[in-house]
Amino acid sequence: MQSPRHIISILLENESGALSRVAGLFSARGYNIEAMTVAPTHDPSISRMTVVTRGSEEIMEQVLKQLNKLVEVIRVHDLTDGPHIERELMLIKVHAVGPDREEVKRLADIFRGRIIDVTDRSYTIELTGTGEKLDAFLSALDPGMVIEVVRSGASAIARGSRSI
Amino acid sequence: MTGLQTTMDRSSAELEQEISGAEIVVRALRDEGVEFVFGYPGGAVLYIYDELAKQEELKHILVRHEQAAVHAADAYARATGRVGVALVTSGPGATNAVTGIATAYMDSVPLVIITGQVPVALIGNDAFQEVDTVGITRPCTKHNFLVKDVADLANTLKTAFFLAASGRPGPVLVDIPKDITVKRCAYRYPDKVQLRSYKPTVKGHAGQVRKAVQLIASAERPMFYTGGGIILGNAAEALTGFVRHLGAPITNTLMGLGGFPASDPQFLGMLGMHGTFEANMAVQHSDVLIALGARFDDRVTGNLEAFAPHARIVHVDVDPSSISKNVKVDVPIVGDLAMVLAEMDQAWREGGYRLDPAALKAWWEQIAAWRARDCLRYEQGDSIIKPQYVVQKLHELTGGDAIVTSDVGQHQMWAAQFYGFDAPRRWINSGGLGTMGYGLPAAMGAQLADPERTVICITGEGSIQMNIQELSTCLQHRLPIKVACLNNHYLGMVRQWQEFFYESRYAMSYVDALPDFVKLAEAYGHVGLRADRPADVEPVIREALRLKDRLVFMDFQVDPTENVYPMVPAGAALSDMILL
Ligand SMILES: Cc1cc2nc3c(=O)[nH]c(=O)nc-3n(C[C@H](O)[C@H](O)[C@H](O)COP(=O)(O)OP(=O)(O)OC[C@H]3O[C@@H](n4cnc5c(N)ncnc54)[C@H](O)[C@@H]3O)c2cc1C
Ligand SMILES: Cc1ncc(C[n+]2csc(CCOP(=O)(O)OP(=O)(O)O)c2C)c(N)n1
Ligand SMILES: [Mg+2]
Repeated sequence: MQSPRHIISILLENESGALSRVAGLFSARGYNIEAMTVAPTHDPSISRMTVVTRGSEEIMEQVLKQLNKLVEVIRVHDLTDGPHIERELMLIKVHAVGPDREEVKRLADIFRGRIIDVTDRSYTIELTGTGEKLDAFLSALDPGMVIEVVRSGASAIARGSRSI
Repeated sequence: MTGLQTTMDRSSAELEQEISGAEIVVRALRDEGVEFVFGYPGGAVLYIYDELAKQEELKHILVRHEQAAVHAADAYARATGRVGVALVTSGPGATNAVTGIATAYMDSVPLVIITGQVPVALIGNDAFQEVDTVGITRPCTKHNFLVKDVADLANTLKTAFFLAASGRPGPVLVDIPKDITVKRCAYRYPDKVQLRSYKPTVKGHAGQVRKAVQLIASAERPMFYTGGGIILGNAAEALTGFVRHLGAPITNTLMGLGGFPASDPQFLGMLGMHGTFEANMAVQHSDVLIALGARFDDRVTGNLEAFAPHARIVHVDVDPSSISKNVKVDVPIVGDLAMVLAEMDQAWREGGYRLDPAALKAWWEQIAAWRARDCLRYEQGDSIIKPQYVVQKLHELTGGDAIVTSDVGQHQMWAAQFYGFDAPRRWINSGGLGTMGYGLPAAMGAQLADPERTVICITGEGSIQMNIQELSTCLQHRLPIKVACLNNHYLGMVRQWQEFFYESRYAMSYVDALPDFVKLAEAYGHVGLRADRPADVEPVIREALRLKDRLVFMDFQVDPTENVYPMVPAGAALSDMILL
């Protein structure tokens, strides 16, 4: 059985090297990383990182403690502990010729995707949602049609009015 | 006109106050109260060396290999409790230092390592003697810095010292590009640093302390298991007072030796792979285990599933990630041990607690029966020297008062088992990384830290050859270390594993072509003495101790096939010991 999925939010100093410390920690200690995103927050001296990982409860306890131990890490929070919203952006380029053009457009509409670039042989679609929704869209497409996929990795935030 | 004048005046005044990066480094080290810098020069640090030579307060100890500089700084830190400092050049200087840094990291030793780097503009260019020092050392330092602006230098050094010494101590590296040591700026050394992202917990949570004390009071078979955190946190006195007050048994890890007096009857010896029968059995049968500043290392716990199966566990550690890492504990307390032990002691006395006397008596009777196994016994005949005998004699003839450093192998375990340490900071060895080559440079750091005290390096003929060149440093700085080489002509610890677990196939563990250590010592300008027979042991040690101001290399030709007992095979339960 696969271990449960966790989304971890990390606030860290926006300094060169901080990112590789976090990445290095995961690889050195053998923790799993499914996705990792990072960008500055509204306070430009602080970055926010979102890591999607899997692990047992004991492993997650260590992951959080080890992250907290990094000198540049300001705060760590496991969003999966409470209600939260998760979004991922996918850009997907598909072959679209003849009858497929209509079909792809319909599918994109169903998933609330937007076609953001068009050529006579392809569409590029922008789609936002949970990882599951993006997976579902991908599996709804004929794999032969897919030219290229770019996914951002998850961003997530807790519900309610408080920050982490 | 007047306005212009003023501006010029001001800028010339500012210019006067501006000093070079190299001067800033030396000034900062002095303001930090550093006594010794252990180092080795090279192109990238020459401006710093230039400044070092212009002053006298800060003494530089020139080693013969950068690994030794870091080990010596590390042992200085372990002997004094202060931050050790090493200075090396870029490229090979930095990579040579890495083993020393990793050694200090594993044993949580506070160090500041300053490395030279190629000029900022050349970084990333595969420049001469360039390595990505910050990248290489990231996983084996508590934190590291690359200084890219001379204006940040003083602050960075202050922060490095603060990080190294606070919370769970550790090595911190500051990489300084050569051009930064030339650039100038005004110097101001901060008194304090505040980091929003780093605030170690010092005081134990009162509720948890109360719970811990209640749990201990409920014990019928309490057992203290204490480690390096007691030494690092200067909590030996507090520990000793508390444990004596309770009357409970106690064991120390390899790193915790000296945290509680070895000669006290409540002390059961070391636990773990080469721990005593009584210590391991008492842990296994305890109903409340009180772990203080110890990290449940695999050399201590053996098979985790079978570790202390009946015990509820209290665990105090300054590093939350040490708690419940390997063994799930019942009462975790995050905090500094000196503080938490005082809190526990107070809670115990105020609560009027005491251990159940009848249960405690029965527990001590059981322990006495385990002790009667006399698991460390050996027989010293008249023909071959037993290594244990040498250590026992060293203890006897130094009154147990020496600082003992060691290398890694069987001799290290015999030193730990047979040189009873009654005080902290007397036993200095590489436990976590197990670095052969640690012993001699460590003895240098310890001797400089405590010039009046006898410093003995208990080593093996394998290990000593990993940093033997430091005999030259010892002569230059007149360090009267006593080297006690338990020469068994084998990589003995390897040989022991091969005997036990590889059907006595001794693959490459016999050390052929050994040098004549007596002549070697003499070639380095020291005294060499050799003991071939048991009757030689005492006279050789006496002579070495008599030569107070000389380094004496004692080559003890010991039994090549002696093994360290007891032994818990890796992965076995702690109670499954191989006994003699
Ligand atoms: C050949 C060989 C054989 C070995 N055999 C054994 C053996 O038989 N038995 C044995 O015990 N070891 C043995 N070791 C050593 C072993 O590998 C570990 O290094 C050792 O057990 C760790 O000791 P420790 O648990 O005390 O932790 P340390 O490494 O000393 O860690 C100290 C702990 O205390 C905490 N701490 C630090 N400062 C404070 C403070 N101020 N307040 C609170 N907490 C603090 C730290 O966070 C850390 O968790 C052997 C090593 C070698 C090389
Ligand atoms: C740098 C390093 N390389 C290899 C080892 C593995 N090792 C552990 S003990 C040992 C043998 C040490 O031999 P010696 O110094 O003669 O000590 P003895 O065990 O014989 O007392 C070896 C090779 C190590 N600990 N460190
Ligand atoms: Mg040997």
